[in-house]
Amino acid sequence: MTERRRTRRRRLRETMTGYLFIGPVVLGLIAFTLGPMMASLYFSFTKFPLLQAPEWIGFRNYVNMFTQERYFWQAVKVTVTYAVTAVPLGLLGSFSLAMLLNQKVKGIAWFRTCFYMPTIVPAVASAVLWGWLLNPDYGLVNAILLKVGLPTSRFLGDPKSALASLVLMSLWGVGGGMIIYLAGLQGIPESLYEAAKIDGANELRLFWHITVPMMTPTIFFNLVMGLIGSFQYFTAAFLLTAGGPVFSTYFYNLMLYERAFKWLQMGMASAMAWFMLVVVLLLTLAVFRSSGMWVYYETEVR
Amino acid sequence: MATETRETLYGLGDIDLRKPRRAVKLVAVHALLVVGALVFLLPLFWLVTTSLKPQSEVYVFPPTFLPKTFQWQNFPEGWNYQGMMWPRWMVNTLFITAMVVLGVLLSSSLCGYGFARLSFPGRDFWFMMVLASIMLPGQVTLIPLYVGYHRIGWLDTFKPLIIPAFFGGGAFNIFLLRQFFRSIPLELEEAAIVDGAGRFRIWWQIFLPLSKPALATVAVFSFQAVWNDFYGPLIFISTREKFTLALGINMFKGLYATQIPLMMAMSMLMVIPMIIMFFVAQKQMIRGVILTGIKA
Repeated sequence: MTERRRTRRRRLRETMTGYLFIGPVVLGLIAFTLGPMMASLYFSFTKFPLLQAPEWIGFRNYVNMFTQERYFWQAVKVTVTYAVTAVPLGLLGSFSLAMLLNQKVKGIAWFRTCFYMPTIVPAVASAVLWGWLLNPDYGLVNAILLKVGLPTSRFLGDPKSALASLVLMSLWGVGGGMIIYLAGLQGIPESLYEAAKIDGANELRLFWHITVPMMTPTIFFNLVMGLIGSFQYFTAAFLLTAGGPVFSTYFYNLMLYERAFKWLQMGMASAMAWFMLVVVLLLTLAVFRSSGMWVYYETEVR
Repeated sequence: MATETRETLYGLGDIDLRKPRRAVKLVAVHALLVVGALVFLLPLFWLVTTSLKPQSEVYVFPPTFLPKTFQWQNFPEGWNYQGMMWPRWMVNTLFITAMVVLGVLLSSSLCGYGFARLSFPGRDFWFMMVLASIMLPGQVTLIPLYVGYHRIGWLDTFKPLIIPAFFGGGAFNIFLLRQFFRSIPLELEEAAIVDGAGRFRIWWQIFLPLSKPALATVAVFSFQAVWNDFYGPLIFISTREKFTLALGINMFKGLYATQIPLMMAMSMLMVIPMIIMFFVAQKQMIRGVILTGIKA
Protein backbone atom coordinates (compact mmCIF):
# COMPACT_ATOMS: atom_id res chain seq x y z
CA MET A 1 0.00 0.00 0.00
CA THR A 2 2.69 2.54 1.02
CA GLU A 3 4.65 1.49 -2.04
CA ARG A 4 1.74 2.46 -4.29
CA ARG A 5 1.22 5.72 -2.47
CA ARG A 6 4.84 6.58 -2.92
CA THR A 7 4.69 5.96 -6.68
CA ARG A 8 1.58 8.05 -6.87
CA ARG A 9 3.24 10.86 -5.02
CA ARG A 10 6.28 10.63 -7.28
CA ARG A 11 4.08 10.74 -10.34
CA LEU A 12 2.30 13.80 -8.99
CA ARG A 13 5.61 15.53 -8.43
CA GLU A 14 6.77 14.62 -11.93
CA THR A 15 3.55 16.03 -13.38
CA MET A 16 4.00 19.25 -11.48
CA THR A 17 7.59 19.58 -12.63
CA GLY A 18 6.46 18.88 -16.17
CA TYR A 19 3.91 21.66 -16.09
CA LEU A 20 6.43 24.03 -14.55
CA PHE A 21 8.67 23.39 -17.53
CA ILE A 22 6.06 23.64 -20.25
CA GLY A 23 4.18 26.28 -18.26
CA PRO A 24 5.37 29.18 -20.40
CA VAL A 25 4.01 27.70 -23.60
CA VAL A 26 0.78 26.47 -21.99
CA LEU A 27 0.10 29.93 -20.62
CA GLY A 28 1.23 31.45 -23.89
CA LEU A 29 -1.08 29.25 -25.94
CA ILE A 30 -4.00 30.10 -23.69
CA ALA A 31 -3.31 33.83 -23.43
CA PHE A 32 -1.97 34.58 -26.89
CA THR A 33 -3.56 31.91 -29.08
CA LEU A 34 -6.58 29.95 -27.83
CA GLY A 35 -8.19 32.76 -25.85
CA PRO A 36 -7.81 35.34 -28.62
CA MET A 37 -9.04 32.77 -31.16
CA MET A 38 -12.28 32.31 -29.26
CA ALA A 39 -12.61 36.06 -28.73
CA SER A 40 -12.10 36.67 -32.43
CA LEU A 41 -14.79 34.10 -33.25
CA TYR A 42 -17.15 35.98 -30.94
CA PHE A 43 -16.18 39.37 -32.38
CA SER A 44 -16.91 38.09 -35.85
CA PHE A 45 -20.60 37.95 -34.90
CA THR A 46 -20.61 41.48 -33.54
CA LYS A 47 -20.45 45.07 -34.60
CA PHE A 48 -17.37 46.29 -32.80
CA PRO A 49 -15.89 49.74 -33.44
CA LEU A 50 -13.14 49.25 -30.80
CA LEU A 51 -14.13 52.15 -28.54
CA GLN A 52 -17.64 50.83 -27.89
CA ALA A 53 -18.64 47.45 -26.58
CA PRO A 54 -19.21 44.71 -29.19
CA GLU A 55 -22.86 44.41 -30.21
CA TRP A 56 -24.20 41.02 -31.32
CA ILE A 57 -25.43 41.06 -34.92
CA GLY A 58 -25.42 37.37 -35.80
CA PHE A 59 -24.16 36.43 -39.22
CA ARG A 60 -24.42 39.93 -40.65
CA ASN A 61 -20.66 40.42 -40.99
CA TYR A 62 -20.36 37.19 -42.95
CA VAL A 63 -23.38 37.93 -45.10
CA ASN A 64 -22.14 41.44 -45.83
CA MET A 65 -18.68 40.16 -46.53
CA PHE A 66 -19.87 37.68 -49.13
CA THR A 67 -22.60 39.76 -50.73
CA GLN A 68 -22.21 43.47 -50.03
CA GLU A 69 -18.51 44.25 -49.76
CA ARG A 70 -17.46 45.56 -53.13
CA TYR A 71 -13.85 44.44 -53.05
CA PHE A 72 -14.04 41.27 -50.97
CA TRP A 73 -14.08 38.89 -53.93
CA GLN A 74 -11.47 40.98 -55.68
CA ALA A 75 -9.22 40.53 -52.62
CA VAL A 76 -9.88 36.78 -52.68
CA LYS A 77 -9.12 36.65 -56.39
CA VAL A 78 -5.85 38.58 -56.02
CA THR A 79 -4.70 36.42 -53.12
CA VAL A 80 -5.59 33.12 -54.78
CA THR A 81 -3.98 34.20 -58.05
CA TYR A 82 -0.84 35.07 -56.16
CA ALA A 83 -0.89 31.79 -54.22
CA VAL A 84 -1.36 29.56 -57.25
CA THR A 85 1.40 31.29 -59.21
CA ALA A 86 4.02 32.32 -56.65
CA VAL A 87 3.96 29.07 -54.65
CA PRO A 88 4.40 26.60 -57.55
CA LEU A 89 6.89 28.86 -59.32
CA GLY A 90 8.84 29.30 -56.11
CA LEU A 91 8.81 25.55 -55.55
CA LEU A 92 9.98 24.87 -59.09
CA GLY A 93 12.65 27.54 -58.87
CA SER A 94 14.06 26.46 -55.56
CA PHE A 95 13.98 22.79 -56.48
CA SER A 96 15.77 23.34 -59.79
CA LEU A 97 18.38 25.48 -58.09
CA ALA A 98 18.93 22.77 -55.52
CA MET A 99 19.30 20.14 -58.29
CA LEU A 100 21.80 22.38 -60.03
CA LEU A 101 23.78 22.92 -56.85
CA ASN A 102 23.70 19.24 -56.03
CA GLN A 103 25.96 18.55 -59.02
CA LYS A 104 29.50 17.82 -58.10
CA VAL A 105 30.90 21.20 -59.06
CA LYS A 106 33.58 23.35 -57.50
CA GLY A 107 32.63 26.49 -55.65
CA ILE A 108 29.26 25.11 -54.55
CA ALA A 109 29.49 26.84 -51.16
CA TRP A 110 30.10 30.14 -52.89
CA PHE A 111 27.16 29.68 -55.27
CA ARG A 112 24.95 28.61 -52.40
CA THR A 113 25.77 31.84 -50.58
CA CYS A 114 24.96 33.92 -53.67
CA PHE A 115 21.52 32.38 -54.07
CA TYR A 116 20.76 32.46 -50.38
CA MET A 117 21.82 36.07 -49.82
CA PRO A 118 18.56 37.71 -50.98
CA THR A 119 16.54 35.83 -48.35
CA ILE A 120 18.33 37.60 -45.50
CA VAL A 121 17.34 41.03 -46.81
CA PRO A 122 14.58 42.42 -44.56
CA ALA A 123 11.20 42.57 -46.31
CA VAL A 124 10.98 46.34 -45.95
CA ALA A 125 14.39 46.94 -47.48
CA SER A 126 13.63 44.43 -50.20
CA ALA A 127 10.35 46.17 -51.05
CA VAL A 128 12.03 49.58 -51.23
CA LEU A 129 14.79 48.18 -53.39
CA TRP A 130 12.44 46.42 -55.80
CA GLY A 131 10.24 49.46 -56.04
CA TRP A 132 13.27 51.25 -57.39
CA LEU A 133 14.48 48.39 -59.64
CA LEU A 134 11.02 48.19 -61.20
CA ASN A 135 10.61 51.95 -61.53
CA PRO A 136 9.00 52.36 -64.99
CA ASP A 137 11.03 55.42 -65.94
CA TYR A 138 14.40 55.05 -64.25
CA GLY A 139 14.52 51.42 -63.15
CA LEU A 140 17.30 48.96 -63.85
CA VAL A 141 14.96 46.21 -65.06
CA ASN A 142 13.50 48.33 -67.85
CA ALA A 143 17.01 49.47 -68.79
CA ILE A 144 18.06 45.85 -69.20
CA LEU A 145 14.90 44.93 -71.12
CA LEU A 146 15.51 47.84 -73.48
CA LYS A 147 19.15 46.88 -73.94
CA VAL A 148 18.36 43.32 -74.99
CA GLY A 149 15.54 44.49 -77.23
CA LEU A 150 12.58 43.30 -75.19
CA PRO A 151 9.47 45.41 -74.56
CA THR A 152 9.55 47.40 -71.32
CA SER A 153 6.76 47.41 -68.77
CA ARG A 154 5.12 49.77 -66.29
CA PHE A 155 5.39 46.91 -63.73
CA LEU A 156 3.80 48.02 -60.45
CA GLY A 157 2.21 51.02 -62.11
CA ASP A 158 -0.04 49.04 -64.44
CA PRO A 159 -3.02 46.99 -63.21
CA LYS A 160 -2.18 44.34 -65.80
CA SER A 161 1.37 43.75 -64.60
CA ALA A 162 1.34 44.79 -60.93
CA LEU A 163 0.50 41.40 -59.45
CA ALA A 164 2.92 39.63 -61.79
CA SER A 165 5.64 42.03 -60.63
CA LEU A 166 5.00 41.02 -57.02
CA VAL A 167 5.28 37.36 -58.01
CA LEU A 168 8.55 38.14 -59.76
CA MET A 169 9.82 39.84 -56.61
CA SER A 170 8.90 36.84 -54.52
CA LEU A 171 11.04 34.62 -56.74
CA TRP A 172 14.10 36.55 -55.64
CA GLY A 173 13.69 34.70 -52.34
CA VAL A 174 13.80 31.12 -53.63
CA GLY A 175 17.17 30.68 -51.91
CA GLY A 176 15.49 29.66 -48.66
CA GLY A 177 13.62 26.79 -50.29
CA MET A 178 16.75 25.87 -52.22
CA ILE A 179 18.70 25.31 -48.98
CA ILE A 180 15.96 23.04 -47.68
CA TYR A 181 15.78 20.97 -50.85
CA LEU A 182 19.56 20.81 -51.10
CA ALA A 183 19.72 19.32 -47.62
CA GLY A 184 17.00 16.86 -48.59
CA LEU A 185 18.80 15.87 -51.79
CA GLN A 186 22.00 15.23 -49.88
CA GLY A 187 20.14 13.01 -47.47
CA ILE A 188 19.17 10.57 -50.22
CA PRO A 189 21.39 7.49 -49.84
CA GLU A 190 23.89 7.18 -52.69
CA SER A 191 23.33 3.41 -52.65
CA LEU A 192 19.86 3.88 -54.14
CA TYR A 193 21.31 5.59 -57.19
CA GLU A 194 24.10 3.06 -57.52
CA ALA A 195 21.72 0.13 -57.40
CA ALA A 196 19.51 1.71 -60.06
CA LYS A 197 22.49 2.50 -62.27
CA ILE A 198 23.55 -1.11 -62.15
CA ASP A 199 20.06 -1.98 -63.37
CA GLY A 200 20.71 0.34 -66.31
CA ALA A 201 18.55 3.33 -65.37
CA ASN A 202 19.36 6.60 -67.13
CA GLU A 203 19.51 9.99 -65.42
CA LEU A 204 15.94 10.91 -66.20
CA ARG A 205 14.69 7.69 -64.65
CA LEU A 206 16.90 8.20 -61.61
CA PHE A 207 15.34 11.64 -61.21
CA TRP A 208 11.72 10.54 -61.55
CA HIS A 209 11.94 7.27 -59.67
CA ILE A 210 14.39 8.06 -56.89
CA THR A 211 14.98 11.80 -56.42
CA VAL A 212 11.41 13.00 -56.73
CA PRO A 213 9.76 10.31 -54.55
CA MET A 214 12.41 10.71 -51.86
CA MET A 215 11.82 14.45 -51.82
CA THR A 216 8.02 14.41 -51.67
CA PRO A 217 7.75 14.78 -47.86
CA THR A 218 9.89 17.93 -47.99
CA ILE A 219 8.00 19.26 -51.01
CA PHE A 220 4.74 18.52 -49.25
CA PHE A 221 5.63 20.40 -46.08
CA ASN A 222 6.92 23.39 -48.01
CA LEU A 223 3.85 23.45 -50.21
CA VAL A 224 1.53 23.62 -47.22
CA MET A 225 3.58 26.27 -45.45
CA GLY A 226 4.01 28.23 -48.67
CA LEU A 227 0.26 28.34 -49.29
CA ILE A 228 -0.47 29.42 -45.72
CA GLY A 229 2.21 32.08 -46.01
CA SER A 230 0.91 33.42 -49.29
CA PHE A 231 -2.58 33.89 -47.84
CA GLN A 232 -1.01 36.26 -45.35
CA TYR A 233 0.97 38.21 -47.94
CA PHE A 234 1.22 41.80 -46.84
CA THR A 235 4.44 43.79 -46.60
CA ALA A 236 5.47 44.37 -50.22
CA ALA A 237 1.92 45.13 -51.35
CA PHE A 238 1.39 47.48 -48.42
CA LEU A 239 4.63 49.35 -49.08
CA LEU A 240 4.68 49.42 -52.85
CA THR A 241 1.16 49.45 -54.24
CA ALA A 242 -1.19 49.87 -51.27
CA GLY A 243 -3.50 47.54 -53.17
CA GLY A 244 -3.50 49.45 -56.42
CA PRO A 245 -3.50 50.31 -59.19
CA VAL A 246 -7.26 49.82 -59.43
CA PHE A 247 -7.26 47.13 -56.73
CA SER A 248 -5.09 44.83 -58.87
CA THR A 249 -2.92 44.00 -55.83
CA TYR A 250 -5.60 44.31 -53.18
CA PHE A 251 -4.55 41.33 -51.08
CA TYR A 252 -6.88 39.75 -48.57
CA ASN A 253 -4.62 40.66 -45.66
CA LEU A 254 -4.41 44.24 -46.88
CA MET A 255 -8.19 44.50 -46.82
CA LEU A 256 -8.29 42.95 -43.35
CA TYR A 257 -5.69 45.43 -42.14
CA GLU A 258 -7.67 48.37 -43.53
CA ARG A 259 -10.91 47.17 -41.96
CA ALA A 260 -9.34 46.69 -38.55
CA PHE A 261 -6.86 49.51 -38.20
CA LYS A 262 -8.02 52.20 -40.58
CA TRP A 263 -11.77 51.95 -40.11
CA LEU A 264 -11.79 50.16 -36.74
CA GLN A 265 -14.32 47.58 -37.97
CA MET A 266 -13.07 44.93 -35.57
CA GLY A 267 -16.10 42.67 -36.10
CA MET A 268 -15.78 42.60 -39.87
CA ALA A 269 -12.02 42.12 -39.67
CA SER A 270 -12.51 39.17 -37.30
CA ALA A 271 -14.99 37.61 -39.69
CA MET A 272 -12.46 37.97 -42.47
CA ALA A 273 -9.77 36.36 -40.31
CA TRP A 274 -12.03 33.42 -39.50
CA PHE A 275 -12.94 32.93 -43.13
CA MET A 276 -9.23 32.81 -43.91
CA LEU A 277 -8.69 30.26 -41.13
CA VAL A 278 -11.47 28.02 -42.47
CA VAL A 279 -10.03 28.18 -45.98
CA VAL A 280 -6.53 27.42 -44.69
CA LEU A 281 -7.85 24.45 -42.70
CA LEU A 282 -9.84 23.06 -45.63
CA LEU A 283 -6.90 23.48 -47.95
CA THR A 284 -4.45 21.88 -45.54
CA LEU A 285 -6.88 19.01 -45.07
CA ALA A 286 -7.20 18.60 -48.84
CA VAL A 287 -3.43 18.56 -49.29
CA PHE A 288 -3.08 16.08 -46.42
CA ARG A 289 -5.82 13.83 -47.83
CA SER A 290 -4.24 13.83 -51.25
CA SER A 291 -0.77 13.32 -49.80
CA GLY A 292 -1.32 9.57 -49.62
CA MET A 293 -1.34 9.55 -53.41
CA TRP A 294 1.87 11.42 -53.98
CA VAL A 295 3.93 11.63 -50.81
CA TYR A 296 6.30 8.78 -50.21
CA TYR A 297 7.24 7.87 -46.65
CA GLU A 298 10.14 5.53 -46.18
CA THR A 299 8.47 3.53 -43.47
CA GLU A 300 5.53 2.71 -45.71
CA VAL A 301 5.26 -0.81 -47.04
CA ARG A 302 4.42 -0.70 -50.70
CA MET B 1 26.24 21.01 -44.01
CA ALA B 2 28.10 18.20 -45.69
CA THR B 3 28.15 19.54 -49.19
CA GLU B 4 31.72 19.12 -50.26
CA THR B 5 32.51 15.83 -48.64
CA ARG B 6 30.95 13.47 -51.10
CA GLU B 7 33.35 12.24 -53.81
CA THR B 8 35.36 14.60 -55.94
CA LEU B 9 34.17 18.00 -56.99
CA TYR B 10 34.67 18.89 -60.62
CA GLY B 11 35.64 22.38 -61.76
CA LEU B 12 36.02 23.67 -65.28
CA GLY B 13 39.70 22.73 -65.14
CA ASP B 14 38.67 19.10 -65.01
CA ILE B 15 37.09 19.07 -68.46
CA ASP B 16 38.14 15.90 -70.12
CA LEU B 17 37.72 16.21 -73.87
CA ARG B 18 37.73 12.47 -74.25
CA LYS B 19 34.42 12.43 -72.41
CA PRO B 20 32.48 15.03 -74.39
CA ARG B 21 29.09 14.46 -72.75
CA ARG B 22 30.41 15.01 -69.27
CA ALA B 23 32.36 18.05 -70.48
CA VAL B 24 29.26 19.63 -72.03
CA LYS B 25 27.27 19.01 -68.87
CA LEU B 26 29.96 20.51 -66.69
CA VAL B 27 30.17 23.65 -68.79
CA ALA B 28 26.39 23.97 -68.90
CA VAL B 29 26.00 23.58 -65.14
CA HIS B 30 28.72 26.13 -64.49
CA ALA B 31 27.31 28.58 -66.98
CA LEU B 32 23.84 28.32 -65.44
CA LEU B 33 25.21 28.75 -61.93
CA VAL B 34 27.31 31.78 -62.82
CA VAL B 35 24.50 33.52 -64.72
CA GLY B 36 22.00 32.67 -61.96
CA ALA B 37 24.29 33.93 -59.21
CA LEU B 38 24.83 37.21 -61.08
CA VAL B 39 21.10 37.69 -61.55
CA PHE B 40 20.47 37.06 -57.85
CA LEU B 41 23.20 39.41 -56.71
CA LEU B 42 22.40 42.20 -59.14
CA PRO B 43 19.62 43.76 -57.00
CA LEU B 44 21.96 43.88 -54.00
CA PHE B 45 24.66 45.41 -56.15
CA TRP B 46 22.12 47.99 -57.26
CA LEU B 47 21.21 48.73 -53.64
CA VAL B 48 24.84 49.49 -52.86
CA THR B 49 25.58 51.58 -55.93
CA THR B 50 22.34 53.57 -55.74
CA SER B 51 23.05 54.40 -52.11
CA LEU B 52 26.32 55.97 -53.25
CA LYS B 53 25.01 58.00 -56.18
CA PRO B 54 24.28 61.71 -56.00
CA GLN B 55 20.61 62.58 -56.38
CA SER B 56 21.25 64.07 -59.84
CA GLU B 57 22.65 60.78 -61.11
CA VAL B 58 19.66 58.73 -60.04
CA TYR B 59 17.07 60.26 -62.31
CA VAL B 60 18.77 59.47 -65.59
CA PHE B 61 17.85 56.81 -68.10
CA PRO B 62 19.52 54.55 -68.99
CA PRO B 63 21.05 54.42 -65.49
CA THR B 64 24.77 54.54 -64.89
CA PHE B 65 26.15 51.19 -63.80
CA LEU B 66 28.64 52.61 -61.28
CA PRO B 67 28.32 56.02 -59.65
CA LYS B 68 30.41 58.66 -61.44
CA THR B 69 31.15 60.25 -58.11
CA PHE B 70 30.87 58.25 -54.92
CA GLN B 71 28.58 60.20 -52.63
CA TRP B 72 29.58 58.89 -49.21
CA GLN B 73 27.74 61.79 -47.57
CA ASN B 74 24.49 59.99 -48.38
CA PHE B 75 24.92 57.92 -45.24
CA PRO B 76 25.38 60.74 -42.68
CA GLU B 77 22.87 62.85 -44.59
CA GLY B 78 20.18 60.15 -44.43
CA TRP B 79 21.05 59.35 -40.82
CA ASN B 80 20.57 63.00 -39.75
CA TYR B 81 17.65 63.76 -42.05
CA GLN B 82 15.19 66.26 -40.61
CA GLY B 83 12.25 64.64 -38.88
CA MET B 84 13.87 61.19 -38.87
CA MET B 85 15.20 59.64 -35.67
CA TRP B 86 17.46 56.88 -36.95
CA PRO B 87 19.74 56.64 -33.87
CA ARG B 88 16.70 56.26 -31.66
CA TRP B 89 15.10 53.72 -34.00
CA MET B 90 18.33 51.73 -34.12
CA VAL B 91 18.44 51.59 -30.32
CA ASN B 92 14.76 50.59 -30.17
CA THR B 93 15.26 47.81 -32.69
CA LEU B 94 18.34 46.51 -30.90
CA PHE B 95 16.55 46.59 -27.55
CA ILE B 96 13.47 44.74 -28.80
CA THR B 97 15.60 42.22 -30.64
CA ALA B 98 17.78 41.53 -27.59
CA MET B 99 14.79 41.10 -25.30
CA VAL B 100 12.99 38.77 -27.70
CA VAL B 101 16.07 36.62 -28.24
CA LEU B 102 16.49 36.33 -24.47
CA GLY B 103 12.83 35.43 -24.00
CA VAL B 104 12.86 32.91 -26.81
CA LEU B 105 16.01 31.18 -25.57
CA LEU B 106 14.79 30.86 -21.98
CA SER B 107 11.26 29.87 -22.67
CA SER B 108 11.71 27.59 -25.67
CA SER B 109 14.50 25.68 -23.95
CA LEU B 110 12.42 25.22 -20.79
CA CYS B 111 9.47 23.95 -22.82
CA GLY B 112 11.68 21.92 -25.10
CA TYR B 113 13.15 20.16 -22.07
CA GLY B 114 9.72 19.49 -20.61
CA PHE B 115 8.48 17.95 -23.83
CA ALA B 116 11.67 16.00 -24.45
CA ARG B 117 12.51 14.59 -21.05
CA LEU B 118 9.57 14.55 -18.69
CA SER B 119 6.54 12.35 -18.98
CA PHE B 120 3.26 13.46 -17.51
CA PRO B 121 -0.40 13.40 -18.47
CA GLY B 122 -1.31 16.01 -21.08
CA ARG B 123 2.20 16.39 -22.42
CA ASP B 124 1.46 15.01 -25.86
CA PHE B 125 -1.76 17.00 -26.10
CA TRP B 126 0.06 20.27 -25.47
CA PHE B 127 2.83 19.30 -27.83
CA MET B 128 0.27 18.71 -30.57
CA MET B 129 -1.21 22.12 -29.78
CA VAL B 130 2.21 23.69 -30.15
CA LEU B 131 2.70 22.04 -33.54
CA ALA B 132 -0.80 22.92 -34.68
CA SER B 133 -0.20 26.56 -33.85
CA ILE B 134 2.39 26.66 -36.65
CA MET B 135 -0.47 26.44 -39.14
CA LEU B 136 -2.53 29.18 -37.56
CA PRO B 137 -2.62 32.45 -39.51
CA GLY B 138 -1.72 35.25 -37.09
CA GLN B 139 -4.66 37.37 -38.23
CA VAL B 140 -7.04 35.13 -36.30
CA THR B 141 -5.60 36.20 -32.97
CA LEU B 142 -4.51 39.68 -34.00
CA ILE B 143 -7.70 41.63 -33.36
CA PRO B 144 -8.48 40.35 -29.86
CA LEU B 145 -4.83 40.85 -28.96
CA TYR B 146 -5.02 44.41 -30.22
CA VAL B 147 -8.23 45.00 -28.28
CA GLY B 148 -6.73 43.40 -25.19
CA TYR B 149 -3.51 45.42 -25.41
CA HIS B 150 -5.66 48.50 -25.89
CA ARG B 151 -7.55 47.74 -22.67
CA ILE B 152 -4.44 47.16 -20.55
CA GLY B 153 -2.53 50.09 -22.02
CA TRP B 154 0.10 48.09 -23.88
CA LEU B 155 -0.50 49.74 -27.25
CA ASP B 156 2.31 51.97 -28.40
CA THR B 157 4.76 50.26 -26.04
CA PHE B 158 7.31 47.54 -26.77
CA LYS B 159 5.41 45.08 -24.58
CA PRO B 160 3.28 43.44 -27.31
CA LEU B 161 6.46 42.83 -29.29
CA ILE B 162 8.50 41.45 -26.38
CA ILE B 163 6.32 39.79 -23.74
CA PRO B 164 4.86 37.00 -25.92
CA ALA B 165 8.40 35.76 -26.61
CA PHE B 166 8.69 34.79 -22.95
CA PHE B 167 5.61 32.57 -23.26
CA GLY B 168 6.81 29.69 -25.38
CA GLY B 169 9.18 31.40 -27.76
CA GLY B 170 7.71 30.05 -30.96
CA ALA B 171 6.57 26.60 -31.98
CA PHE B 172 9.48 25.99 -34.35
CA ASN B 173 12.03 26.80 -31.67
CA ILE B 174 10.38 24.52 -29.12
CA PHE B 175 10.28 21.75 -31.70
CA LEU B 176 13.89 22.28 -32.68
CA LEU B 177 15.18 22.22 -29.09
CA ARG B 178 13.00 19.25 -28.15
CA GLN B 179 14.53 17.28 -31.02
CA PHE B 180 18.02 18.30 -29.93
CA PHE B 181 17.43 17.48 -26.26
CA ARG B 182 16.15 14.05 -27.17
CA SER B 183 19.52 13.23 -28.70
CA ILE B 184 21.36 13.87 -25.42
CA PRO B 185 22.14 10.53 -23.72
CA LEU B 186 19.82 9.57 -20.85
CA GLU B 187 22.73 8.32 -18.73
CA LEU B 188 24.00 11.86 -18.18
CA GLU B 189 20.71 12.85 -16.70
CA GLU B 190 20.29 9.71 -14.62
CA ALA B 191 23.72 10.18 -13.10
CA ALA B 192 22.81 13.74 -12.13
CA ILE B 193 19.52 12.60 -10.58
CA VAL B 194 21.33 9.99 -8.52
CA ASP B 195 23.60 12.80 -7.31
CA GLY B 196 20.47 14.60 -6.16
CA ALA B 197 20.24 17.29 -8.82
CA GLY B 198 16.79 18.70 -9.50
CA ARG B 199 15.28 19.08 -12.95
CA PHE B 200 15.97 22.80 -13.17
CA ARG B 201 19.61 22.27 -12.33
CA ILE B 202 19.84 19.56 -14.94
CA TRP B 203 18.27 21.88 -17.50
CA TRP B 204 20.55 24.78 -16.61
CA GLN B 205 23.80 22.98 -15.92
CA ILE B 206 23.71 20.01 -18.29
CA PHE B 207 21.28 20.58 -21.13
CA LEU B 208 21.89 24.24 -21.88
CA PRO B 209 25.70 23.97 -22.04
CA LEU B 210 25.46 20.84 -24.18
CA SER B 211 23.01 22.47 -26.57
CA LYS B 212 25.01 25.51 -27.60
CA PRO B 213 24.80 24.77 -31.33
CA ALA B 214 21.02 24.35 -31.22
CA LEU B 215 20.58 27.41 -29.01
CA ALA B 216 22.74 29.41 -31.41
CA THR B 217 20.47 28.39 -34.26
CA VAL B 218 17.43 29.49 -32.31
CA ALA B 219 19.07 32.78 -31.34
CA VAL B 220 20.21 33.64 -34.85
CA PHE B 221 16.85 32.68 -36.27
CA SER B 222 14.80 34.76 -33.88
CA PHE B 223 17.22 37.68 -34.19
CA GLN B 224 16.57 37.67 -37.91
CA ALA B 225 12.80 37.40 -37.50
CA VAL B 226 12.54 40.31 -35.05
CA TRP B 227 14.98 42.55 -36.87
CA ASN B 228 13.00 42.10 -40.09
CA ASP B 229 9.53 42.29 -38.55
CA PHE B 230 7.33 44.98 -40.04
CA TYR B 231 3.77 43.81 -39.41
CA GLY B 232 4.05 43.70 -35.61
CA PRO B 233 5.53 47.18 -35.07
CA LEU B 234 3.22 48.60 -37.75
CA ILE B 235 0.18 47.49 -35.79
CA PHE B 236 1.28 48.01 -32.21
CA ILE B 237 3.53 51.08 -32.37
CA SER B 238 2.31 54.54 -33.35
CA THR B 239 4.57 57.20 -31.79
CA ARG B 240 7.57 58.23 -33.85
CA GLU B 241 9.97 57.94 -30.89
CA LYS B 242 9.09 54.28 -30.49
CA PHE B 243 9.53 53.23 -34.13
CA THR B 244 11.78 50.40 -35.22
CA LEU B 245 14.09 50.61 -38.24
CA ALA B 246 11.50 48.88 -40.43
CA LEU B 247 8.90 51.50 -39.55
CA GLY B 248 11.48 54.22 -40.05
CA ILE B 249 12.11 53.11 -43.61
CA ASN B 250 8.38 52.97 -44.24
CA MET B 251 8.00 56.51 -42.94
CA PHE B 252 10.96 57.80 -44.91
CA LYS B 253 9.49 56.24 -48.03
CA GLY B 254 6.13 57.83 -47.36
CA LEU B 255 7.52 61.31 -46.81
CA TYR B 256 10.48 61.55 -49.14
CA ALA B 257 9.89 58.99 -51.86
CA THR B 258 12.07 60.98 -54.24
CA GLN B 259 15.17 60.81 -52.03
CA ILE B 260 16.15 57.50 -53.60
CA PRO B 261 19.85 57.43 -52.67
CA LEU B 262 19.16 58.32 -49.05
CA MET B 263 16.42 55.72 -48.87
CA MET B 264 18.77 53.08 -50.26
CA ALA B 265 21.46 54.17 -47.80
CA MET B 266 19.07 53.74 -44.88
CA SER B 267 17.93 50.38 -46.22
CA MET B 268 21.57 49.35 -46.32
CA LEU B 269 21.66 50.20 -42.65
CA MET B 270 19.06 47.52 -42.07
CA VAL B 271 20.63 44.99 -44.42
CA ILE B 272 24.26 45.25 -43.29
CA PRO B 273 23.77 43.73 -39.80
CA MET B 274 21.94 40.81 -41.41
CA ILE B 275 24.77 40.25 -43.87
CA ILE B 276 27.37 40.43 -41.12
CA MET B 277 25.36 37.96 -39.08
CA PHE B 278 25.04 35.69 -42.08
CA PHE B 279 28.79 35.50 -42.49
CA VAL B 280 29.40 35.05 -38.78
CA ALA B 281 26.66 32.50 -38.19
CA GLN B 282 26.10 31.02 -41.62
CA LYS B 283 26.15 27.50 -40.27
CA GLN B 284 23.52 28.19 -37.61
CA MET B 285 21.31 30.10 -40.01
CA ILE B 286 21.34 27.39 -42.64
CA ARG B 287 20.82 24.67 -40.08
CA GLY B 288 17.78 26.55 -38.83
CA VAL B 289 16.32 26.79 -42.31
CA ILE B 290 16.87 23.11 -42.88
CA LEU B 291 15.54 21.93 -39.53
CA THR B 292 12.39 23.98 -39.78
CA GLY B 293 11.93 23.13 -43.42
CA ILE B 294 12.17 19.37 -43.36
CA LYS B 295 10.57 18.66 -40.04
CA ALA B 296 7.67 16.86 -41.71
